[in-house]
Amino acid sequence: MLVIARRLFFYLVTAAVAISLDFLIPRLIPGNPVDAILAKMQGVTITPAVIHALDLQFGVNTSASLWGQYTHFWNNVLHGNFGVSSANGFEPVSTVIREALPYTLGLVGVATLISFLLGTAIGAIVAWKRGSWLDNLLPVVTFFQAAPYFFLAFLAIDVFAITLGWFPPSRAANATDFPAFTWTYLSDVLDHAVLPALTIVVASAAGWIVGMRNVMLTTMDEDYVLIAAAKGLRKGRVIWYAARNAILPSVSGFALAIGFIVSGALLTEIVFSYPGLGSLLLQAVSNNDYELMQGLFLIITFTVLAANLIADFVYVFLDPRTRQEA
Amino acid sequence: MAASISTEQVTGGGASVPGSALPGTTPRRRQRTLRLPRSPKIIAGLAMLAFFVLLSIIGPLVAPYSPDQIFANSPVPLPPSGAHWLGTTSLQQDVFSQLLVGGGDMLLVAFIAGVIATALSVVVGVTAGYLGGLADDLLSMLANIFLVMPALPLLVILFGFLGKTGSDDLFLIGFIISITGWAWGARVLRAQTLSLRNRDYVDSARIIGERRSRIIFAEILPNLTPIVASSFLFTVLYAIGTYSAMAFLGLVNPNWSWGGILYYAQVNNAELSGYWWWYIPPGIAIALLGTALVLLNFGIDEFINPRLRAAGLTRRTGGRRGTRTRRSQQFALTPVTRIPRATFGTPVVQARGAALGTSSEGGQA
Repeated sequence: MLVIARRLFFYLVTAAVAISLDFLIPRLIPGNPVDAILAKMQGVTITPAVIHALDLQFGVNTSASLWGQYTHFWNNVLHGNFGVSSANGFEPVSTVIREALPYTLGLVGVATLISFLLGTAIGAIVAWKRGSWLDNLLPVVTFFQAAPYFFLAFLAIDVFAITLGWFPPSRAANATDFPAFTWTYLSDVLDHAVLPALTIVVASAAGWIVGMRNVMLTTMDEDYVLIAAAKGLRKGRVIWYAARNAILPSVSGFALAIGFIVSGALLTEIVFSYPGLGSLLLQAVSNNDYELMQGLFLIITFTVLAANLIADFVYVFLDPRTRQEA
Repeated sequence: MAASISTEQVTGGGASVPGSALPGTTPRRRQRTLRLPRSPKIIAGLAMLAFFVLLSIIGPLVAPYSPDQIFANSPVPLPPSGAHWLGTTSLQQDVFSQLLVGGGDMLLVAFIAGVIATALSVVVGVTAGYLGGLADDLLSMLANIFLVMPALPLLVILFGFLGKTGSDDLFLIGFIISITGWAWGARVLRAQTLSLRNRDYVDSARIIGERRSRIIFAEILPNLTPIVASSFLFTVLYAIGTYSAMAFLGLVNPNWSWGGILYYAQVNNAELSGYWWWYIPPGIAIALLGTALVLLNFGIDEFINPRLRAAGLTRRTGGRRGTRTRRSQQFALTPVTRIPRATFGTPVVQARGAALGTSSEGGQA
């Protein structure tokens, strides 16, 4: 498990860097965030305590040393204290995020999984049928890859929700539904998740297709594939042997891809008014809710790191060589 | 030695051999020497890119109206008509004019971001790959950290705290985007530098006592050209997407940039009201521009790794494995040898279809 330990160490360092950036950016960038927040808070009684809390958060008008502030910041983060969200009636940022996180995890997690499996399978087939009409799929796929997620979301809503009326255009469930573990409610949630998930799958599958195809082309030249074919194994079997080995770079490339996918998925959520982290991000931006922005940055980063760790476990499971080293 | 340079890393040098495109030479011959431009992907990509660059330059000049001019003749957006080719927005502004005006800033930002990020990635990647040891470990870790950290929320804090100062300054926007976009290139360049460092020709340069700077700039860097080009295109593509996303979020001034048009369309629920003429043109424009860059990148990838070409088998697998490739028949047989020849021909062309690339192996001296 040396590999996993090494990766875990790397993720911890990354998390530390993210926390440090989160601390440093408001202090390095010119301008006074506290003034900006106070300007936004028209009509709210601002007690000196609130101003003091904001000053502490952003290191304005404080006598504490930078290092003192830094350790204080770490202490807060480690206790899950990300400040309060001015856009949400000064609820703790952690509470606001906790309410939205399950939606994003469910939607993006499932969509990414589908996209990975589907894209990899298509990529393997396209590579195997190199030179056939399937190659014409590549420019099409490229187009979808190059299109912004949020534009595809527009299309999905206009076509499937408005024109055809197959799926609801926004939100995660009907407002009249009472959240419960009943079939009506769950099917409603599923119904609302189809279009956003479809958008994410269509937009992100291209990367897996192209990546898989390119590696598969190389793998198909290997001797064991030749032998498998020479022994007269069924074609599906031979493809499987090649694909099994070609899939490894896709899994290790997961780290690169997931950042893009998450970014795109968050924008997709915004178009669908899906109550996940993306919508919170928009809320934070349009209300200059800096503490929410900072909390979101940390939580999204931690989530992505966790997803990477899972991908690493899968890699170790798939590739016996990594286990032998340990 | 020359051969060892060219087996995998092919500089663009061969493409400009004088006289290579003489009229009267067979197309096959020309394809061999004019490798890059002959790939359909590269041609299509370059043509589309040229179109968009041209559009961004002359767009503002030929736009029929000012993008913020208001035509007060309807309470709702109007579909395309003779007066407004792409219809109007909810404020009764001309979508076509906005589209023509909006491309320039975006391309400029993307170009700035691409240049800065590529410079960063070359410095970090080549340094890490060439020096090795602790410097490599630290720089690689830095690049990997920036790779796994999700860019969007990071950009949100950066632009969020910059506030108004950051939303109009194109250079600043390009710079900030480049901060989140250099790591991929650095990683690829490091890997390639690592592999080049131990090639015979670099070893001999070292042995005859060439200075380190000369080894890096004269021996290694030229052989990284295709990868640098590819990582530049990738960053430009990334910057286009990111700038559009920032404009869509309202983090940078939406102006009339294509992401910004989508921002206004979203704010006014264009997708819920069926105002397709408002959001489809900018979306398609971004997607086509991106497609152009991806196609160019594919072309370069195939140039770097001949195996990716539809019909191209590498030299290693050429003749010996010909029968196998014929058996699975999906890839046509392309014997690749160093001798210019007329023997590989028609079946290949037929089999590989329209979409995919050249089949000549590049760079043999």
